[in-house]
Amino acid sequence: MVEKTYTVVDSTGIHARPATLLVQTASKFSSDISLEYKGKKVNLKSIMGVMSLGIGQGAEIKITAEGSDEENALNAIDELLKKEGLAE
Amino acid sequence: MSTMIKGIAASSGIAIAKAYRLVEPDLSFSKTTVEDTEAEINRLRKAFDEARSQVEGIKNYAHENLGADKAAIFDAHLLILNDPEMVNPMEEKIQNEKVNAESALQETTDMFITIFESMDNEYMRERAADIRDVRKRVLASLLNVTIPNPSLISEEVIVVAEDLTPSDTAQLNRNFVKGFTTDIGGRTSHSAIMARSLEIPAVVGTKTATSDINHGDLLILDGLSGEVHINPTEELVEIYKKKHEEYKAQLAEWAKLLNEPSVSKDGHHVELVANIGTPNDVEGANQNGAEGVGLFRTEFLYMGRDEFPSEEDQFNSYKAVLEGMAGKPVVVRTLDIGGDKELSYLKLPAEMNPFLGFRAIRLCLEHTDMFRTQLRALLRASVYGNLKIMFPMIATLDEFRRAKQIFLEEKEKLANEGIPTSDSIELGMMVEIPSSAVLADQFAKEVDFFSIGTNDLIQYTMAADRMNERVSYLYQPYNPSILRLIKMVIDASHKEGKWTGMCGEMAGDETAIPLLLGLGLDEFSMSATSILKARSLIRKLSKAEMEQLANEALQKSTVDEVIALVEKAVQ
Repeated sequence: MVEKTYTVVDSTGIHARPATLLVQTASKFSSDISLEYKGKKVNLKSIMGVMSLGIGQGAEIKITAEGSDEENALNAIDELLKKEGLAE
Repeated sequence: MSTMIKGIAASSGIAIAKAYRLVEPDLSFSKTTVEDTEAEINRLRKAFDEARSQVEGIKNYAHENLGADKAAIFDAHLLILNDPEMVNPMEEKIQNEKVNAESALQETTDMFITIFESMDNEYMRERAADIRDVRKRVLASLLNVTIPNPSLISEEVIVVAEDLTPSDTAQLNRNFVKGFTTDIGGRTSHSAIMARSLEIPAVVGTKTATSDINHGDLLILDGLSGEVHINPTEELVEIYKKKHEEYKAQLAEWAKLLNEPSVSKDGHHVELVANIGTPNDVEGANQNGAEGVGLFRTEFLYMGRDEFPSEEDQFNSYKAVLEGMAGKPVVVRTLDIGGDKELSYLKLPAEMNPFLGFRAIRLCLEHTDMFRTQLRALLRASVYGNLKIMFPMIATLDEFRRAKQIFLEEKEKLANEGIPTSDSIELGMMVEIPSSAVLADQFAKEVDFFSIGTNDLIQYTMAADRMNERVSYLYQPYNPSILRLIKMVIDASHKEGKWTGMCGEMAGDETAIPLLLGLGLDEFSMSATSILKARSLIRKLSKAEMEQLANEALQKSTVDEVIALVEKAVQ
């Protein structure tokens, strides 16, 4: 299992487009990938799960991946979060 | 076998094409218990697959035809359809509770809808609508019914609907929709107005179009007589093809008057101008010989979107219309929303009597931010043409004064910012409420012009809802009571050296035109397609004779007597 913690820097938080991109990216991998925020853990392949957290700017989030391609999955998500200026 | 139904001829012309039913399907179902849960889960999966492929199709079409922006919404729908947290609980529900797929879908989506609707973020609350949309599509697949997608129409059709809302019509592809027919509505309902603006035939108020017509039936739509023929014989199709040619020939005859003045036989000049809804209508107005725009219904700029149009958006639209009309007068009506016209992003409480409620200027005087934005956009655009502004639904002089005050404040602000505005903008008002017609002599001292909105003036004078077919007999434009109110308004304006126009359907009506000419109406504003016909009529009439006719009509006691009088005189 691999995990990484981030702080959301995007001023509008994680909604609509960023959430869509995150879910689309996570769905490419077979590992179980989850997003944790304020003690709530949701499936990162679920758009409704991600959006239902209502993550705003400054939020501390944790991404966890577990499975055969966990390393690649976490790297891809890491790259996306930074490229889009969402979290660091 | 050929059958015929009859409705109200709402927009002239003839169309022959296949029927496209734009009808919301019945999505009701009952909760049942299933034995074979495996099969039920497969049913659900198949419905999701079908919904996915539909959404893919719409997305691709939207991407090519409407742009990436509009297509993005369907990406969100696809993600929801692919969401494991959505699909898995449904399958578990079927497995554990042995319920049918429809119930599992309904209950699971209800849970998510509740979560999203209770969030304190407006954006998130609106996502509940996406889930509803997706649910509708999956449910339709489960129930084996079709959800219409009017934006996907790709062959010539006649749209068949219960009614058409402005947002429905906005989605229709003008290249393929050759006409429409509806169950409800009259000559002044939005579907009718829209058909005339699109210059396609329409038959409304048939009561039974959606029950009598099947998807794909061949239809003949006669927007001149109000007849709709369902699966006509070949002979009938031939007859109508000929009628269509004759109609086109008549149009060509009228077209000769394109650049002729609108002058009566005895030399009295009136203005024939167009009603428009968007900058796109300017072309039609010019092609039909309009001498200006008598009513620019700005509410269409506010409809079919998720938020208020910005000042810049509005400025561009107003500028486009003013430039398009090249110095000819353009009368813009400020936002007339409320009543039967709603905006998704402006939540207003439901009212018992929306037509008597919080609408038009009443709403603008309270939501002044929205009103000021519109006036600023208009003022900035005013330097590009001949702009006149009028306020809708004025009942009291105080309302007019307050609206004018706000206008003057915005004008001054712009002057302070160094932004140029025209100093010759006329400010007028709609006369739709009997109180303003009765007190027209007082209003005339303060306004620059009147524009009589007959659709509402008739409905308020007769106390008859114009959407209610059971009281439609009370929609009597030629009733002597209405004629007297019109006369009061025209006379009051002339006494102060002002002018009066009319922008209801009545202004383009063949029976009304002789009377209105006689009453001294200065400006007739109508659907662009009615202008040349009206010009041809006015050129045959004598103003002096029509004055006599109007005076006689004012003394009649019933509407039938007035109609008989006009028919006798004009024949």
